[in-house]
Amino acid sequence: MTEIIVVTSGKGGVGKTTTSASLATGLAMSGKKVAVIDFDVGLRNLDLIMGCERRVVYDFVNVVHSEATLKQALIKDKRHENLHVLAASQTRDKDALTLEGVEKVLDELTKEGFDFVVCDSPAGIEKGAHLAMYFADHAVVVVNPEVSSVRDSDRILGLLASKTRHAERGDTPVKQHLLLTRYNPVRVEAGEMLSVKDVEDILGIPVVGVIPESENVLAASNAGVPVILDDNSNAGHAYKDTVARILGEERPLRFTEVQKKGFLKRVFGG
Amino acid sequence: MGILDFLRRKPEPSAGVARERLRIIVAQERSTRGGPDYLPLLRNELLEVIRKYVNVDVEAVNISLDRDSGHEVLELSVALPDIKPAAP
Repeated sequence: MTEIIVVTSGKGGVGKTTTSASLATGLAMSGKKVAVIDFDVGLRNLDLIMGCERRVVYDFVNVVHSEATLKQALIKDKRHENLHVLAASQTRDKDALTLEGVEKVLDELTKEGFDFVVCDSPAGIEKGAHLAMYFADHAVVVVNPEVSSVRDSDRILGLLASKTRHAERGDTPVKQHLLLTRYNPVRVEAGEMLSVKDVEDILGIPVVGVIPESENVLAASNAGVPVILDDNSNAGHAYKDTVARILGEERPLRFTEVQKKGFLKRVFGG
Repeated sequence: MGILDFLRRKPEPSAGVARERLRIIVAQERSTRGGPDYLPLLRNELLEVIRKYVNVDVEAVNISLDRDSGHEVLELSVALPDIKPAAP
């Protein structure tokens, strides 16, 4: 059974594509057969974060319009052979995707025996975001500890509960996972940033993971290597924990408390 | 944090303000969620009916749904056009 996971947020720039790339890679590392699809038609970016931008020949829209087969358009990841990327079209406008077209591609991925399909949603609540979430079984709602992001996530949680296939058919609701990213425990302790508990209380659902703010995220995107593969970064480890929790494992939250520094560091900084 | 950081003035803690503002706005937006989807449709149908009798403008019909201690109040206002003096 193929499970469809949408990575969404409402607000832009909160870490959807970073999360999609790391989530898809993490699931593949656990031995699952995974496809990750970029739904941001016209603003393709997942290929860059996955480091496969020079290997895009056919894209998602080509498959929807039967201009290429799914096999031709799926880009096999260089690092994990059970991970595949379906890039967004860079030239078409957002009307190039239709509900029927998306359903056709997802059905074909199901027939090909994929365990997970990760849908990287565009920002906003327009057509692209709607199509990305419509067929989802799970939703990872990416939120930053910041007022506009939290408010937009609440709007997205409302849409997930009403504008998806699960909701329209009256099936079990889409499983919602809240992922708090760009978290800075030092600023939380100083009272300058919303805490994990604040965000959980306001939105009424528990977090599935907390990704600390980390310079390694930029370094990873610079290099085109999903940050989950960076063993020296807390963000990478936090993504590994998150993937394990989505797969049903219980793991305690890490990197949410201020690290106590040694005497020399406290005096000289660093 | 080093000596220099310690000497710098710290900003006022503002997370509490963010939390309270979000609590209020999220609660308010959740309370209106799902309800008023039909309002634009209702507005257009009412406009059609009114137009059978009076020539009113699209903007002349105003509908709002308010919640007031347990009741929902649907408020409808129609601005009728001025009666023009008969042409000479």
